[in-house]
Amino acid sequence: MVNTVALILWAAVTLYAIFGGADFGAGFWDLTAGGAERGRRPRALIDISLGPVWEANHVWLIFSLVILWTGFPPAFGAIMTTLYVPLTIAVLGIVLRGSGFAFLRVSLRTNEKRIFGAVFALSSVIVPFALGVVAGSIASGKVPTNGQGDPIDAWFNLESLVCGLLAVAACAYLGAVFLTASARWLGAEDLEEAFRKRSIGAAVATGAVAAAAMVVFLDNGPNRMERLIGVALPVVILSAVLGLLALYLLARRREKTARFCAIGAVGSIMAAWGVAQYPYLLGDHLTLAEAAAPSGTLVFMIGVVIVAAFTVVPSLIWLYRLDFQGRLMEIPDTALTKG
Amino acid sequence: MRHLFALAAAEPSQLMPARMQMAFTLGVHVVLVPLGVAFTFITLIANYRAIRKGDDVALLLAQRWSKVAGVLFAVGAVTGTVLSFEMGLLWPGLMDNFGAAYGIPFMVEGIFFFLEAIFLAIYIYGWDRMSPWLHFWSGVPVVITGLGGTLAIVSANAWMNQPGGFTLKNGRVVEVVPLEVIFNQAFWYEGLHMLLAAYLVAGFMVASVYAVGMLRGRRDRYHRLGLLIPLTVAAIVVPLQFIVGDSTARAVYKDQPIKFAAMELVPKTATDVPETIGGLWINGEIVGGIPIPGMASLLSGYSTDTEITGFETVPEEDRPPINVVHLSWDVMLGLGTFLLFISAWFGFVWWRKRDIPKTKWFLRIVAISGVAAVLCMEAGWILTETGRQPWVVYKVLRTSDAVTSASGIWGSFAIAMAIYAAVISAAVIVIRRMTKRWREVGTSDHDVPYGPPPTDIDLTHSRSTKASS
Repeated sequence: MVNTVALILWAAVTLYAIFGGADFGAGFWDLTAGGAERGRRPRALIDISLGPVWEANHVWLIFSLVILWTGFPPAFGAIMTTLYVPLTIAVLGIVLRGSGFAFLRVSLRTNEKRIFGAVFALSSVIVPFALGVVAGSIASGKVPTNGQGDPIDAWFNLESLVCGLLAVAACAYLGAVFLTASARWLGAEDLEEAFRKRSIGAAVATGAVAAAAMVVFLDNGPNRMERLIGVALPVVILSAVLGLLALYLLARRREKTARFCAIGAVGSIMAAWGVAQYPYLLGDHLTLAEAAAPSGTLVFMIGVVIVAAFTVVPSLIWLYRLDFQGRLMEIPDTALTKG
Repeated sequence: MRHLFALAAAEPSQLMPARMQMAFTLGVHVVLVPLGVAFTFITLIANYRAIRKGDDVALLLAQRWSKVAGVLFAVGAVTGTVLSFEMGLLWPGLMDNFGAAYGIPFMVEGIFFFLEAIFLAIYIYGWDRMSPWLHFWSGVPVVITGLGGTLAIVSANAWMNQPGGFTLKNGRVVEVVPLEVIFNQAFWYEGLHMLLAAYLVAGFMVASVYAVGMLRGRRDRYHRLGLLIPLTVAAIVVPLQFIVGDSTARAVYKDQPIKFAAMELVPKTATDVPETIGGLWINGEIVGGIPIPGMASLLSGYSTDTEITGFETVPEEDRPPINVVHLSWDVMLGLGTFLLFISAWFGFVWWRKRDIPKTKWFLRIVAISGVAAVLCMEAGWILTETGRQPWVVYKVLRTSDAVTSASGIWGSFAIAMAIYAAVISAAVIVIRRMTKRWREVGTSDHDVPYGPPPTDIDLTHSRSTKASS
């Protein structure tokens, strides 16, 4: 039962990393899109692709938090009392990002758009970095069982920071791949080409940072991540294979399949973390079982997730389908659609 | 005085800023809640009318409302996220043990919120290319999940007031009965009270916008309908709220006697207790205020013989801040009565004449009703949250034992205030610009009915010509 709830927690965090990550990545490309004139069309593409889905994607974060504090309350307390600096930065960044994006969509004045856009784009980089740092600190066992870890040293270290970088890179990668597919569907060929190049660049960068992260973790041991070259090695290899496959498919202009491979590559990085960490939740000092809530709570949580599987999942699929078919597109300009 | 100092010394240094930050961020979020929960219902009424009667004005209202709702829902979603982080950042002592019970309603709320976000996105962005009825029905789950989400989240708050469904052993939660956590003793009265509050606040807020417009001379059908739909919703809800509020107050009388004593400003246990309007508790005595003889007893037990426990029956460290609780109670009741008056006036004139009251005074009071309703709801939340003190989980966990020991909460509070101030001002500016733009377009927009919204963004090269239009 504890394992089931742990799997649910992992799934929620991973789905946030993928879908929330692609959203953050879109923000990253907004930031690097250049001046008002040059960046106008890439930004419009980002705006169209993100608009209808970002709130739904964002809910995975709230869901992850709730699962953590309900299913593993002491771990939640320990993480919050230790890593409050990056967490506070992340949550305030989330406020700026969400509001910035919502305001950006409805404002028409260039100078205002510029401010909201800058806020949205900048926080799209800061938030995943901060959350990546948090993940790195947890993975490297910097959070003590009873919390109250050092408020700075717990996250201001090589392992945590490299994970922050990895998060930004992975987000940029996912974002670029999703945007390439969007651009292709919308028939904006030059944008498709531009984002394909960015996808390939981001893929290489993500692979490099992921490899560097592994080296850092293995070098700064002992920690659970040593198992990345042990029991979790097959998953690490899977991630690398999927990443390379996505690169190949991108080069061959098969964006739709490439998108699934990119999702798989990032998902298996998360899986490798999970496998290496298991059965511990914090370092090698707090196991999942020790941190778990009483069984009444766990049974209830599993029940809620089963209900969600029958309600949220079909609704979400409907939303994504409508979004992908362009039926939620704010720009029904016929010149953009195929044919 | 010495006692007071001893108390202050025992209090953790982060308690004050943590409570201020929580109150501030919750206070901002709660204004956005009615717009997420009840605004869609009001929009759907207009939408229904539009499709049924081919009413283009109603359609235009519905489309514009859904655009405003989209912006505000986004701000509500992120300010809500802040609250879930703050649970751990500010109150780790609550979460690291009681999370197993307290988290249960949040799990349920998670599902509702997820569905709400999904269907709201479909509804807001789906005006273009869905059939009118399919589009209408995509909005209905938003209303239902809004109800469920509100009840779930208030269930968590009700649990803090009337905790149940868990067993403690050596101070740790060892057994949880989820349904008893959710349907705790305060669940129904608190939940219904907030649900109705959401509807009446949303109703008065939207109505007040159109009342202002009409006072400025824009008395077309667009403004009339924009006032009429939300005001009708609010006017129906207010009397119901008085009934639910009344039973809520009597439940608090039974469940949390000290909170009740603070509300009614009753220091010593007595019968025939007056309802004191205004007045303060200063240096151990009541100063000022207008007492209505026997009223508090009468309202709490239908008889002036009803005994009300005084707050002096518990030591000072177990009492909430008396004046804050009492004044919030007065403000909530006063403003609620004002809203009831609007509801009665509107209801009477509508019954006799099938029309909005003609006098400018009516529009003037509706124009301020939105702010009044928000303040009324805020007063209610201050009352329930402050009145529960010094407990975060009533009679189980003290707030001072739940607070973080992390330093620098004053700093995070200051940053949060700055960011929220910026976000709120930006929201106001953006929405004002939207409405200004709409006024310039007029009420005969081209994008009706179910046409594509106008846009100035074009994905193709600026050289390329559009195929249509």
